[in-house]
Amino acid sequence: MRIPCPFCGLRDSSEFVTIGEASMSRPPADAPEAQIFDYVYLRDNPAGVNQELWYHAQGCRSWLKVARDTRTHEIESAVLARGGAQ
Amino acid sequence: MRYSIFSLARNALGGHKGWTPTWRDAEPKQAYDILIIGGGGHGLATAYYLAKEHGLTNVAVLEKSWIGSGNVGRNTTIVRSNYMLPENIRFYEWSMKLWEGLEQDFNYNAMVSQRGVLNLYHSDGQRDAFARRGNAMRLSGVDAELLDREQVRRMLPFLNFDDARFPIQGGLLQRRGGTVRHDAVAWGYARGASDRGVDIVQNCEVKGFVVENGRVAGVETSRGKIHAKKIGIAVAGNSSRVAAMAGLRLPIESHVLQAFVSEGLKPLIPNVITFGAGHFYISQSDKGGLVFGGDLDGYKSYAQRGNLPVVQDVCEGGMAIMPMIGRLRLLRGWGGIMDMTMDGSPIIDKTPIEGLYLNAGWCYGGFKATPAAGWCFAHLIARDEPFPAASAFRLDRFARGAILDEKGQGAQPNLH
Repeated sequence: MRIPCPFCGLRDSSEFVTIGEASMSRPPADAPEAQIFDYVYLRDNPAGVNQELWYHAQGCRSWLKVARDTRTHEIESAVLARGGAQ
Repeated sequence: MRYSIFSLARNALGGHKGWTPTWRDAEPKQAYDILIIGGGGHGLATAYYLAKEHGLTNVAVLEKSWIGSGNVGRNTTIVRSNYMLPENIRFYEWSMKLWEGLEQDFNYNAMVSQRGVLNLYHSDGQRDAFARRGNAMRLSGVDAELLDREQVRRMLPFLNFDDARFPIQGGLLQRRGGTVRHDAVAWGYARGASDRGVDIVQNCEVKGFVVENGRVAGVETSRGKIHAKKIGIAVAGNSSRVAAMAGLRLPIESHVLQAFVSEGLKPLIPNVITFGAGHFYISQSDKGGLVFGGDLDGYKSYAQRGNLPVVQDVCEGGMAIMPMIGRLRLLRGWGGIMDMTMDGSPIIDKTPIEGLYLNAGWCYGGFKATPAAGWCFAHLIARDEPFPAASAFRLDRFARGAILDEKGQGAQPNLH
């Protein structure tokens, strides 16, 4: 699996780490407990194309938002996460 | 037909023409008391114990493919109960006890082999951690022995004791651990359930739930609608997908875990050995192949196959402890989809929908749990209360802050 990093080009996925779904956004610190539980623990975990956050740890150290199909490992796109997901 | 030396002799005299199919491939009826979704190890074990322990036989197991086509045929066949948290020890030890009596119980040869599981340690800190785990096990009545370097050397002289980075200092041994022929587990449970009247329905994929007034009433399947009063989900890596059909979001991510088998060899590795400085575990099957695996690939997947960096990582782990396997050829590699929970421990519980029960989140420890998972899930479905050994595996434990994080990794499923 190779990820098209906007800075570094097509790089092997072993240079990256992922923390999972990019759709999650951190609730404010004073959000009700149920909302924080949702953010920390619950996942959509879809079979198909989904948005994920990947960190190019052994490259440009950018956080990327990657559209990837979990059924085939095919990657549709990778863009900088900055300004988008939190 | 009961299997014994006499049935073997009788059939040998009859030219082996008298054997009947091991279990019945049933057509689905329109309604059952209980449906189990998932004809893997856990689903079949659940049906078996529902029939045998609770006398409930108006039960069907729905499998989207053929039985045993998922993770029960995609693991490294290791069974053990070397956990540290009391809630996990009591559950996995109950599973170990069921493994020990399984073949007599369901009258099928599952090749249960208590050849011992040895976890190697490579530093003083790791020795202390293993001593602590061994003590926790012994306090709960589980066998554990802390071996020093010389004791390990007498047992396994072929290991690379003087690796420059990770010298072997000793190991934690559970002698009662070992391996089990995984396909036979599925077939044995299927046979036991089928003989007692359970319908095993293959090629029957669940497409949706029928929920009436907050209570399940049945499922829509690729073979039509089937009514049921109670429904149990036991679908491992597909737990999130099936639960989503009922409108539930789970604390689970699905990840791919690879495993490998080498060409066949003469007896070489007498037990299960794990590398403590990386992640590598190996045993030898009775057919002679070395069966081994390592870490998750680390990303979400439903693909049942992984990528090459993990293959390399696993092989490096193997080479670090036993360089003699370096010239072996790999026969096969495969991937299974693991239902990784947020704390690394499983869920056997009711769901917010009445009559819908969930057995999920086995991470990559699902095979060894098969008998106890089936036993406890059957108990929950039959009596609507948890079996004591599994009473901590609640779905709401994350919201309550009562997580069971054996490794202390936090809510990061790809690290458990």
